Amino acid sequence: MNFETIVFYFFAALMIMAALRVITASNPVHAVLFLVLTFISASGIWMLLEAEFLAITLVLVYVGAVMVLFLFVVMMLDIDLSKLRIGYMKWLPIGLGVAGLLAFEMISVLGYTGSHKTLTVHAADYSNTKELGRLIYTDYVYPFEIAAVLLLVAMVAAIALTMRRRKDAKSQVIPDQIKVKKADRLRIVKMQAETKE
Amino acid sequence: MMELLQSLEQMGLDLLGPLWLPIWTMVKIMLIVAPVMLSVAYLTYAERKVIGYMQIRIGPNRVGPYGLLQPIADGMKLFFKEIIIPSGSNKFLFIIAPMLGLAPALAAWAVMPFNDVLVLSKVNAGVLYIIAMTSLSVYGIIIAGWSSNSKYAFLGAVRSVAQIVSYELAMGFALVCVLMASQSLNLGEIVMAQKGHAGFLNWFMIPLFPMFVVYVIAGVAETNRAPFDMAEGESEIVAGFHVEYSGMAFALFFLAEYANMILIAFLTSIMFLGGWLSPVPFLPDSLVWLLGKASFILLLFLWFRATFPRYRYDQLMRLGWKVFIPLTILWVVVVAAWMQTPLWVW
Repeated sequence: MNFETIVFYFFAALMIMAALRVITASNPVHAVLFLVLTFISASGIWMLLEAEFLAITLVLVYVGAVMVLFLFVVMMLDIDLSKLRIGYMKWLPIGLGVAGLLAFEMISVLGYTGSHKTLTVHAADYSNTKELGRLIYTDYVYPFEIAAVLLLVAMVAAIALTMRRRKDAKSQVIPDQIKVKKADRLRIVKMQAETKE
Repeated sequence: MMELLQSLEQMGLDLLGPLWLPIWTMVKIMLIVAPVMLSVAYLTYAERKVIGYMQIRIGPNRVGPYGLLQPIADGMKLFFKEIIIPSGSNKFLFIIAPMLGLAPALAAWAVMPFNDVLVLSKVNAGVLYIIAMTSLSVYGIIIAGWSSNSKYAFLGAVRSVAQIVSYELAMGFALVCVLMASQSLNLGEIVMAQKGHAGFLNWFMIPLFPMFVVYVIAGVAETNRAPFDMAEGESEIVAGFHVEYSGMAFALFFLAEYANMILIAFLTSIMFLGGWLSPVPFLPDSLVWLLGKASFILLLFLWFRATFPRYRYDQLMRLGWKVFIPLTILWVVVVAAWMQTPLWVW
């Protein structure tokens, strides 16, 4: 057992433990934090595969931005935990069925492409980022662009669905504020000083 | 010097075998972290002195000559104070939050080059690593705010997180321009791409000047410094996310904030100001230039704090989303087009 294998099993065990805690933790904030741990462990495993660009991007995008917003929303929620537990036994068979189906699908997909290639080890100055960029913009340019357009459509749809203009909303008009002169706001009144009677 | 180092490494390798590498790396880590922590301590002193003189006061002058032992006295005081844990708080998260704040601020230094040979780890995706690490430091703040079980702490955390996530985008796009200009993600290579015969005219500050300004301002917002320190606006929400903290746990948040400031100052020097390169061709490149440039950026941080009143929250968000992000995206396009023409000489 070499060093890489030990590191792999460490991250894999950590990831499975964290993933289990995501669904078993009673406090939703703890669940999100365990999800963060899952992402970081996954990033560690990708780093072992010499995919440093993907590994760091996973931390940057999912942990640094997406999960922060998740945490943000979950912390704002007012969740009554006892209400969530009602009907647990009633829905358990359906949940187990869905989980079994998902597991079956994943096993069938991963089982067919199970050609276990050994990784080619690259020199230390090999740039994973450059290779990835070249592939994305040459061989995979259409899937990449389609994915980008899909994301754009989803973004526009999300904004269109949630945007509601209020009639009475007040907003600042910065150019108008800058254009204001002293004479528009201030009136100097000349008056006699009052005398003591 | 280099021969001495090499013979030392050879000797260690003979003496300890495979154990030598972790030990030698630990020594190098200490050689980076110890000066960073010392700079953090004396940055607080510099801040009080500089702002003092700007406001025609003297600043700390009682502990030691010219008050030079003041940061040590402050540290000792905080070290011996009791850490109070609020009874309604989530204890584990409450204690771990300051550590989560400080650890990424120190971990980011792993890829920082100090000159062409002095670097702990020459990572090819160094810039990405630093952005990822700095984006992690937000967890310290949000967990501290939530686990304190106090509305002021939570409001401070929410403000801070929204601010950091917004300004990270502008910072990221500003860095994309640097990456395009240098054609590398390696911090050392980014500095070497700014080397030329014209001294400071070769630095990326010249073609990417708007990005330099955006990066410095976004850096101030990222580190929650005045005038963007809404996270701890004491007139509105007492002290923000660290209101329930005391003693060393409280001090860790400040260590993290100042360590992040120093990190941003070094990054600005490396990305835009040519790192350790000399500004004029007749002087040699050296570490001293990097330290000087970083000190100047840090002086700017202190200067801003002494000069500007605190922003209002909606103005801050407007600046981030409606000014900086469109400007940086536009400049990415401008630089991409500019680089295709013969007018690009960097």
